[in-house]
Amino acid sequence: MNHDDYNDKYIIDVLKDTKTVAMVGASANWNRPSFFAMKYMQQKGFRIIPVNPGVAGQEILGETVMADLDEIDEPIDMVDIFRNSEAAGSITDDAIKVGAKIVWMQLGVRNDDAAKRAEDAGLRVVMNRCPKIEYARLYGELSWHGINSHVITSKRRRLA
Amino acid sequence: MMSNRKPGLETLSVHAGTPPDPTTGARQMPIYQTSSFVFDDADHAASLFNLQLPGFIYSRLSNPTVSALEERIAALEDGLGATATASGHAAQILALFPLMHPGDEIIAANKLYGGSINQMGISYKKFGWNASFVDPDDPENFRRAITDKTKAIFIESLANPGGVVVDIEAVAAIAHDTGIPLIVDNTMATPYLCKPFEHGADIIVHSTTKFLSGNGSSIGGCVVDSGKFNFAGRDKYPSLSQPAPEYHGLTFSETFGDLAYTMHSHAVGLRDLGACQSPINAWITLLGIETLALRMERHCENAAKVASYLETHPAIDWVSYAGLESSKYFDLRKRYMPRGAGGVFTFGLKGGYDAGVTLVDRCELLSHLANIGDTRSLILHPASTTHRQLTEEQLKAAGAGPEVIRISIGIETVEDIISDLEQALTGLELATVAE
Repeated sequence: MNHDDYNDKYIIDVLKDTKTVAMVGASANWNRPSFFAMKYMQQKGFRIIPVNPGVAGQEILGETVMADLDEIDEPIDMVDIFRNSEAAGSITDDAIKVGAKIVWMQLGVRNDDAAKRAEDAGLRVVMNRCPKIEYARLYGELSWHGINSHVITSKRRRLA
Repeated sequence: MMSNRKPGLETLSVHAGTPPDPTTGARQMPIYQTSSFVFDDADHAASLFNLQLPGFIYSRLSNPTVSALEERIAALEDGLGATATASGHAAQILALFPLMHPGDEIIAANKLYGGSINQMGISYKKFGWNASFVDPDDPENFRRAITDKTKAIFIESLANPGGVVVDIEAVAAIAHDTGIPLIVDNTMATPYLCKPFEHGADIIVHSTTKFLSGNGSSIGGCVVDSGKFNFAGRDKYPSLSQPAPEYHGLTFSETFGDLAYTMHSHAVGLRDLGACQSPINAWITLLGIETLALRMERHCENAAKVASYLETHPAIDWVSYAGLESSKYFDLRKRYMPRGAGGVFTFGLKGGYDAGVTLVDRCELLSHLANIGDTRSLILHPASTTHRQLTEEQLKAAGAGPEVIRISIGIETVEDIISDLEQALTGLELATVAE
């Protein structure tokens, strides 16, 4: 996998195969990027389980915050990492351990060694991207703000 | 297209930004002539105002027809995103707005459209923005002018009106050595002839009024961001790298990553400067862009023929067209604009100022007006019109001395254009004798 340049089909497949997301580093502060992403993805029908030991037990956007991935007792499709690149290493290992299918590292977060471990274990990995931005780009919503979607089609775009 | 093939410029010109309307299936882009958009409920409204949800609020910020134009121009320039504006001049202010604070400065080429020299040199001072102008023929002139207050370099890829080509890669390297972005006005070349982002430019501005719209009907502009200049953590650009008080401490570069500049240009730039493009103008410009490649090919072909004709005419002292081998910009032009030298150029009349006034008066097919990039051929005497506010020194630097005529060659039958010029030039070769 070339982690410098993902093609649209790879990202679309990753998003299509995701229903439940464990968001590590989720913030209860409404103007933090993770809060933006969580709120948006909830509106698009994703189940988001916030993970943040600092605020474990509290609620963010109607969901109880978990202390770590181990605590979650339901299947997780994607682990979305809102932590720095170094911390992403051990979180990726936890994601492999709990049987997640996808590891997603946010904008500015990249850990190639961790990505290799995840891919060797059969997971798919996206780094230095935001699922909110990718979803909005691929389904036309970012075009509303002048962003180039790179989508050329003669079919109606379905807003999923 | 889901294949890995990258669509060509002609395909993007027709399709980018305009898939069928998701609600009605309309194949041509509808004109969303509305000021405002309803909210589903209070939470939806809050999400939109907090920039947590993409969507439409009010057409000063964004509008579906205008955003279709933005996406199309972003695609043509291979950029990340674009912001459409009320005019090319508005695009220049919008482009600088996220970068500049009072006391900051830009270094611009002195070979620019005269209106830009006025805007930057005089009106920007009212914002506390300073501009200094240097000769772009030696790119090192930019390096020498840079200070710790310099926030951007500004050039035109193909300068209006003089057929001047700037070495974009050399200037981009100097900008990046200093950690500042290079802004390129690509109006005259259009993405058909030149792709500034491939040569290191960071931001592109357009007057869409010209070749993009193409038929002299609609005023408009656009700012395109490559997304490659990283503003995150750069104290030099606090509007993008530090918390924004009006959005409750949101930091654009952190929340939006490489989309920060384009998001800021809408959420702050258009919101507060108000220089949005109207939906009807955006729609007409979208229509125009569909035929950009076909028109540019003909503009260039006709202009090359007219330039060759004029170069041998006894009334004419010189022709400055980067498509002629006599041009000192011929080699640079071939490197940056291999498909042609554009439709606009200047020439000098042996008879000076008076001959210039006479020539434009006599034309019957060419229109005497202050625009370029129309399907119609246009002619102008800059010294007595567009550039008349400039000093003698600025006129010379801008390639708009008293003897200079600017011509924008249209897509008419080229023999008719030459025939009109021939009758208008008759007798003017004697003007030097009369002096």
